[in-house]
Amino acid sequence: MLQAESSPYIFSVLYDIIFQAPTYVIFLELSLLLLVIWIIIHKQSNGGKHLTQKQKEEIIKNWVSEPLVAEIDENHPALQNNHIVDGPIGKFITVDGIKCLNMATHNYLGLEEYPKIKENAINCIHKYGVGSCGPRGFYGTVDVHLELEERLAKFMDQEEAVVYSYAFSTVASAIPAYCKRTDIIFADECINFAIQKGIDASRSKVVYFKHNDMRDLEKKLQEQAKADQKNPKKAAKTRRFLIVEGIYMNTGEMCPLRELVELRAKYKLRLFLDETVSFGTIGKSGHGITELLCVDIKEVDLISASLENAVESIGGFCVGSHFIVEHQRLSGLGYCFSASQPPLLTQAAISALDIFEQEPRIFEQLNDVAEKVDEQFRYFTKLELKGHPLSPVKHLYLKHVDDLEESEKILRKIADECMKKGLAVVAAEYLPIEKFPPKRSLRITVNRLLTADDISNAYKIIEEVSKSIA
Amino acid sequence: MKNRKFVNSDIEPKKNGIHHTNGYRSSENIIKSKLTNEHQDNNVATDKYKSIHDSKESFEEAPLITACLTYFGFYLLMIIGYINQLFFEPKVATEKNRDGYVPLFDSFERFYLRYVYRRVKDCWNRPICSCPADTLVLKDRITPDFGWSFEFTGTTTKCLNLGSYNYLGFAQTSGPCAEDSIKSIEKYGIATCNARRELGTNALHIELEELTAKFFGVEDAIVFGMGFATNALNLPSLLSPGCLVVSDEKNHASIILGLRLSGATIKVYKHNNVKHMEKVIVDSIAYGQKNGKPWKKILIILEGVFSMEGSIVKLPQIVEIKKKYGAYIYLDEAHSIGATGSHGRGVTDFYGVDPKDIDILMGTFTKSFGSAGGYIAGSKSLINFLRANSHAHCYASSMAPAVTQQILTSMKIIMGLDGTNEGKKRIDQLARNTRYFRKRLAQIGVITYGHEDSPVVPMLVYLFSKIGAVVRTLTTRNIAVVGAGFPATPIMEGRIRFCLSAAHSKDQLDYALSVIDEIGDKLGLKYSRKPKDPNPIEY
Repeated sequence: MLQAESSPYIFSVLYDIIFQAPTYVIFLELSLLLLVIWIIIHKQSNGGKHLTQKQKEEIIKNWVSEPLVAEIDENHPALQNNHIVDGPIGKFITVDGIKCLNMATHNYLGLEEYPKIKENAINCIHKYGVGSCGPRGFYGTVDVHLELEERLAKFMDQEEAVVYSYAFSTVASAIPAYCKRTDIIFADECINFAIQKGIDASRSKVVYFKHNDMRDLEKKLQEQAKADQKNPKKAAKTRRFLIVEGIYMNTGEMCPLRELVELRAKYKLRLFLDETVSFGTIGKSGHGITELLCVDIKEVDLISASLENAVESIGGFCVGSHFIVEHQRLSGLGYCFSASQPPLLTQAAISALDIFEQEPRIFEQLNDVAEKVDEQFRYFTKLELKGHPLSPVKHLYLKHVDDLEESEKILRKIADECMKKGLAVVAAEYLPIEKFPPKRSLRITVNRLLTADDISNAYKIIEEVSKSIA
Repeated sequence: MKNRKFVNSDIEPKKNGIHHTNGYRSSENIIKSKLTNEHQDNNVATDKYKSIHDSKESFEEAPLITACLTYFGFYLLMIIGYINQLFFEPKVATEKNRDGYVPLFDSFERFYLRYVYRRVKDCWNRPICSCPADTLVLKDRITPDFGWSFEFTGTTTKCLNLGSYNYLGFAQTSGPCAEDSIKSIEKYGIATCNARRELGTNALHIELEELTAKFFGVEDAIVFGMGFATNALNLPSLLSPGCLVVSDEKNHASIILGLRLSGATIKVYKHNNVKHMEKVIVDSIAYGQKNGKPWKKILIILEGVFSMEGSIVKLPQIVEIKKKYGAYIYLDEAHSIGATGSHGRGVTDFYGVDPKDIDILMGTFTKSFGSAGGYIAGSKSLINFLRANSHAHCYASSMAPAVTQQILTSMKIIMGLDGTNEGKKRIDQLARNTRYFRKRLAQIGVITYGHEDSPVVPMLVYLFSKIGAVVRTLTTRNIAVVGAGFPATPIMEGRIRFCLSAAHSKDQLDYALSVIDEIGDKLGLKYSRKPKDPNPIEY
């Protein structure tokens, strides 16, 4: 009854409302309504299109796929530079049958000298076999992994360490474990490729600052602070990270850690430090850049490093507080979803740590040699040396060529010629997809066992070859 | 140009494929396609495979009451967790010296790990102190505070190993593999300390790449130091924005990471559902990219044996679809290489598919070869492209000599190049163990997923708490197994996974089965409503 009586009444009220309302309101509401309808239809019809079966078939018939991969030219350096190494890698390396002085591979400490490492690794095969046959979660955690983690944490004076089976995946997994889509990362533009990939995987907003330029970093931090003031709600949810390397693989330079730590505190950043090169090479007992620059290690939130350089095994690790590091055991993709490190490689790393702890003089020796190389290699006619004097990785750039491709060609030629003359050096290889393509260089690594004679010999060879080629 | 020709010659069968439900073709169409399609033999063979293999794969649904109880149990755990959180301080480390910072971790994730996962935390990351062979030795640990922390008791427990991916039993502490690996350490040292593109290549790497190519019967192969990285660091160089990836929903995390890094558009199809995959491809090509442009290329990514589902990919049908539409296939054989096929060459061998029809063959050496690392095999041009563009080849350390040698020796044994039939024996033993174990489980009345020839056997226990109960009970009976629950599986599908090995003997399997039978009654695991085979199963 009530309904029957009220409906004409409602219509009359509606009629009143529509005609009393200003026209612009009606117009606005109508357009809103249309917009909603359009969105709904648009969503359902797959991008505004609806195709019949026949149209679909027509399109499919005409669709042509690109080839799976682009054809690579036979003369591409990756296919041409097939140097084959034979025998163990130490102060010397045998390349294509020629015994060369080794200034190319990353075994800075020359641990080849210590037969104990090999012996222990062999015993490890007798006990555990070669592979671990499973990820850490599924019976792939072998007691040597736990031992290595404990030892690394103790060595670095941190609460906890987590070991990965591959150095590249260490930092590339650690970064996206913490940095998420809504976060901001401040990173040096010369960071190595693994860190770049970690940042890509995190999908965070990334701000690159000029290499080791603290003013530029502070400027960018201030810009961000200004943006934050405009949108404090968003800023309260945005985590900020600062990612740097101890010694940069791509430049050989050391980061100004003290200034970075100050900025970290001032702008409330979390600092991730990659010690791929600096772990086991600098500092009185090889602890890396925090020890060398006397920075409290607690100021750094997470340290990641490689076991493939100074330690001469395969793998990587992260150290830090329990709070930070424990998280990677369930969120580090390369940790959870990959088979664990083969126990023999873990054992090799433990044995290397034994030597680090028992004979800290090896770090001093390495630093001495690095400085000597630095002194001598400053005087090439055609090449310019860059890199921190203490760094075991140094770069020689062509003085007069800036073009990437051309310099790459010349440097490869120089490296090949040097190898023929008994000195192994490499032209550092980079892919064209690097974020900021590094200037091409000869990458020189310093081995602890190099004598003064070796260094001057190496100098002579490089000088002679580079003069004749460049 | 080659591709264009390809697409055109396939127009006829394509239409049929779309219209006919189930993807089956009438005999008339088969004749037609025989005339037009150069791959005629494959197509007829495919139809045969479809009917045979579909019946071999089973995904029995849970009873409704179990489904309800599972959800109820899970939410109950969550509610109790919230109450727990209100009253008890968590025993965890906190961040020091970072006052005023935005919290580092997501709050739900933190809650889940502390109050739900912690209850069963002892079932994972269990340390072992032996080779992961047919048996393994667990390092015993206890938790004095309900999972917040663990202490080692100093004792060990020897368990039957049904958890490791040691399919062909090459995880050995002695024998030819171990001996050769030791020799390689003596000759080459521990590691190469350099990337392949620089000075990280030795004769072992070259030999392994040649042998891998020969193993599959393809033109070339490239190897990498880590299986996970093989996916994560090569997919980005193969794909670019504007490419479409059609990916199985159960694909491994390393594939998903690689795809995320590549910038390609990803469309997911239902697990192992060829019909749905075809629909995704048809719609995608028809509607093109969001900006209206056609796709550059389409890559179908799938795994040979899915490690959580135990299913085997329906490869012949997928090869057919790939040819029909001019897409490419990326096949991840992490769990199938060595473990399936009568020659141990993975799913292509299993189905008799020509490996050259698979554009990218990828796999790992971690599992069947008892080592570490991964490979990609395929055409010369593909491998050359990777040598020039792969992230891992350029930047990551090359494979360690001992690890390389272990693969070389085990691969030679599988191929019979060592002059014995040891490899064949192992492959047959694994196949026998797999069939026997799966059939006996069905007889016991538990629900298992997957294909009857897949050595990965997931047994469904559904309830979250049952995962913990089963793993713990089996440990007390000296059997080590792997449990998997949310978030690794859907909330509904908590499971226990058995991985079979050629190293297992019938007695060992019988023991495990008798224990499963017994605890199946006690813990209520016998969910299956399928008729049971009353006859004893032959080994």
